[in-house]
Amino acid sequence: MESLTNRKKVLEQKPMTFAERMYLPAILSGLTITLKHFFKKKATIRYPEVKREYSTNFRGIHSLKRDEEGRERCTACGLCALSCPAEAITMIAAERKPGEEGLYREEKYAATYEINMLRCIFCGFCEEACPKEAIYLDGDIPPASFDRENFVYGKDKLVEPIHKK
Amino acid sequence: MSEKVKVTIDNIEIEVDPGTTILNAARMIGGDVVPPAMCYYSKLKGSGGKCRTCLVKVSQGSAKDPRPMPKLVASCRTTVMDGMVVQNITSPEVVEARKGVVEFLLINHPLDCPVCDQAGECHLQDLSFEHGKDQSRYEFKRRTFEMVDIGDKIKLHMNRCILCYRCVFTADQITDNRVHGILGRGDASEIGTYISKAIDNDFSGNVIDVCPVGALTDKTFRFKNRVWFTKPVDAHRDCDKCCGKVTLWYKGEEVIRVTGRKDQYGEVDEFICNTCRFDKKKTSDWTIEGPTKVDRHSVISSNHYDEKELLPVIDRKIF
Repeated sequence: MESLTNRKKVLEQKPMTFAERMYLPAILSGLTITLKHFFKKKATIRYPEVKREYSTNFRGIHSLKRDEEGRERCTACGLCALSCPAEAITMIAAERKPGEEGLYREEKYAATYEINMLRCIFCGFCEEACPKEAIYLDGDIPPASFDRENFVYGKDKLVEPIHKK
Repeated sequence: MSEKVKVTIDNIEIEVDPGTTILNAARMIGGDVVPPAMCYYSKLKGSGGKCRTCLVKVSQGSAKDPRPMPKLVASCRTTVMDGMVVQNITSPEVVEARKGVVEFLLINHPLDCPVCDQAGECHLQDLSFEHGKDQSRYEFKRRTFEMVDIGDKIKLHMNRCILCYRCVFTADQITDNRVHGILGRGDASEIGTYISKAIDNDFSGNVIDVCPVGALTDKTFRFKNRVWFTKPVDAHRDCDKCCGKVTLWYKGEEVIRVTGRKDQYGEVDEFICNTCRFDKKKTSDWTIEGPTKVDRHSVISSNHYDEKELLPVIDRKIF
């Protein structure tokens, strides 16, 4: 049958010459390629000790931000939890008491704020939904662990530390 | 004069009783024709005419006098005439004017929706989403007030108030003497109860339900949860003071809020008493009727993926 593309190549199979039948030249040329790679730059890195640079739009562990005066920006509005397609975020709101103005930005704040990193798909919707610019996925990859409980990140792990000037 | 009058709203003709307002005639038609209303409340006598969001264009006054009305009119205060032709969303003038009204209403509104408990069921939020511009041209300081406790169950955030007077009319209707009103004039006006005096009446909690914004909120529900994470359930109980028909708002198996039953315009069917509203927060206090019908596009019905999964308190045999 005539081929559709006319690009078919008919392969001729000639019997091997004596030199080819020796195999040694082919083996040697293969070994030189292997030897050359010993002196080339390695393609891999030693991961946990050495880390590659992340791309600028990489999304890792969330962090809850503070404002210029070190107050927590999150006001527990629940829009991150509402937008979360994996339902990974839960929070309990509380009212700011007099005297806590230096800790929290608004009169309401998140008393507990938990993200389940096993549920989270790192889509970044929470970051987009946040009206207070309080949550950003600017962290690392969540580290491995033996226990599931260790993947539920509370405020102790999420809120960024107060900047020291 | 008991004959019905004919009125045309957005090219839809309807016959209504004489003396009906344009707004109520439009509500009889229903759908997109209904002008939004922030201050008018059908259960409150004398309400309406304050917020101007229900502005419509009357392009033909009546059959006898077919001249158009010179300015846009407030549909909640204008009664229909025979042969009247009204334009609501079909008139670009009305749509433009409504944008301006929303901008004016938002001038002093703090836009603290992330903090406000009303967010998700706030009429001003819906209104500005549907009719408003996305930017304000106001550059000056917004007026600010201290928060006031009206009694131990109601919190007044005067910052959020749009001065619709609904709560004032409610207080006037439930009490004999005037205990709750507006102090000051113009830009300085504020809701007040004369030296934070408590409205001690069995029905005072209804000012929370009638408030279209988050100015009057339930202190027992304050910051407990966002409205869209709770599930509304219709329930009733035998109450010697009120009808006892309410909506319970569940979080898990816990009743975190009790409100009156609201219709599609956000108006309660019947006022409920403070005992039902603030003190009966156990499932055992109530007879559950079934889940409240929530508009599919409402934020309250969002994230509830499985609609068949009923709350454990609802008797499965009924459905």
